Amino acid sequence: MEKRGNEHASPWTPSERELERRQIRRALTKRKIVIASLSSLIVISLLATVVVTSPGFQVVRQTFFDFHYGQVVIKTVSRGILVNLLLTIVASILIGFIALVLALLRTTKSAALVPFRFLATVYVDIFRGVPLLLVILLVGFGVPALRLTGMTNSVLVLGTIAVVLTYSAYVAEVIRSGILSIHPSQRAAARSLGLSQAQTMRHVVLPQAIRRVIPPLLNDFVSLLKDTGLVSILGVTDAVRAAQIHASRTFNYTPYVVAALLFLIITIPLTRYTDKALHRTYSAQNAQGEA
Amino acid sequence: MSNVLELRNVRKSFGENVVLHDISLAVPEHTATVLIGASGSGKSTLLRCINLLESIDDGAILLDGKEISDPGIDGDAVRRKLTMVFQSFNLFPHKTVLENVTLAPIKVHGKSKEEAMEIATLLLSRFDLLEKADQYPDRLSGGQQQRVAIIRSLAVNPRLLLLDEVTSALDPVLVNEVLSIVRDLKGDGMTMVLATHEMGFATQVADEVCFLESGTILERGPAHEVLARPQHQRTQDFLKRVHEAGRL
Ligand SMILES: Nc1ncnc2c1ncn2[C@@H]1O[C@H](COP(=O)(O)OP(=O)(O)O)[C@@H](O)[C@H]1O
Ligand SMILES: [Mg+2]
Repeated sequence: MEKRGNEHASPWTPSERELERRQIRRALTKRKIVIASLSSLIVISLLATVVVTSPGFQVVRQTFFDFHYGQVVIKTVSRGILVNLLLTIVASILIGFIALVLALLRTTKSAALVPFRFLATVYVDIFRGVPLLLVILLVGFGVPALRLTGMTNSVLVLGTIAVVLTYSAYVAEVIRSGILSIHPSQRAAARSLGLSQAQTMRHVVLPQAIRRVIPPLLNDFVSLLKDTGLVSILGVTDAVRAAQIHASRTFNYTPYVVAALLFLIITIPLTRYTDKALHRTYSAQNAQGEA
Repeated sequence: MSNVLELRNVRKSFGENVVLHDISLAVPEHTATVLIGASGSGKSTLLRCINLLESIDDGAILLDGKEISDPGIDGDAVRRKLTMVFQSFNLFPHKTVLENVTLAPIKVHGKSKEEAMEIATLLLSRFDLLEKADQYPDRLSGGQQQRVAIIRSLAVNPRLLLLDEVTSALDPVLVNEVLSIVRDLKGDGMTMVLATHEMGFATQVADEVCFLESGTILERGPAHEVLARPQHQRTQDFLKRVHEAGRL
């Protein structure tokens, strides 16, 4: 983003008129700040009054926002969220790799790869269309039931596999849309310089495509982190499961709120960053002014 | 003088739409063949067929006497010898000027990074663009971008250079800096086929001018004949229109 005007150290002596304008601009900015603060103050105090004076407030506070109980459970719940984080990181590496292969297969024109292209399409159709929770249950409980030798029974590993299976399909589609969004003239230019199909993909199309889909990929990353909470259903002691264990013992739901807050601490910076990245991509494409 | 490029009765259609009818053409070494004709007459399609970006539907294309229009031919190997510059520049936006120019020499022609840099530096400084080497294309003017695109094509030392209306997307004031490169190349003896609407420029560089209309070469010959004394009524009409548009 360019700075509007030349408020700081302009290379020329500003004219009378420009100085006047700057004065007006500053006054307008000040007014905007005052209005925004006033309106925020009013809205927030109104909300606070309504909440605090409402009849159920005390009960709600004790059941959901018990500060002392929160301090007691935060240790185990944080240990749980480390599991979510670990799962997210391991899964996203695997997803990135598998999704890239799927996206390349789905966009290839090579005759030898036709069967794989077909399989990749079927794969994506299936795993985009089935609820993640079902996949987790199928893999987490179904695979051990097969009693395959050498197959792990670790719920953590099986849960990760289920998440990877599903998210690879989502991410493959995001990457594929990026690949398809690159104008054919880029390919033509690369091919006419003698680059092969594969080299054109590797050096010209893919780098631009990935850059273009970074914002939606970050979105998927945030969703992935949240969805790792679903593997708790297999008995993985992640943040959700840890909170659940506490809550079911005491019938106090503060542990859930603690888990939610811990998720937010990670996801809010990520979503803010995604917004920024999106804005960057957007303004790079529309370098035509700010209006 | 041997022919670098030869087209024999080339035909091309998109479905029902026949875009090239029975085109024959010979381009001897060190000569420039200029294609003129209204928009939609088939100039780009002809160039794209020569570059094997499109396949032809009949006839033959020969590069140095070897047929390159056979279905089994290795298109990549052919394109290593002839390159094309496009109306819309098509620089790679994620690569710097230098990276744009060195990509093909390194990846396609197996040059070392140092060799490729040397070639690129030489060409960029010859055409006054060395100071832009580390910039990204979106920081360059249209004229500069197109000059980089031409340099990028030259860096692979092509046997034949194809130029498709390389100045049509440019502001009039930027046209000349691009055309002057092409004039220099002509002086170097580069073999070229180019489509253009710049008739003054065509007169300067063309060894042969071909007037295309609806996919047929209606009239051909030396520039001073086709452009100055066109025989065919259609050619006269076309040149008059171009003249009125202020580009002669
Ligand atoms: N990929 C394509 N598919 C279908 N028709 C095409 C395609 N490319 C070009 N054409 C048609 O071929 C004709 C010639 O186009 P073109 O070669 O671009 O002409 P010129 O470059 O002289 O303006 C036009 O009628 C155009 O619509
Ligand atoms: Mg054209």
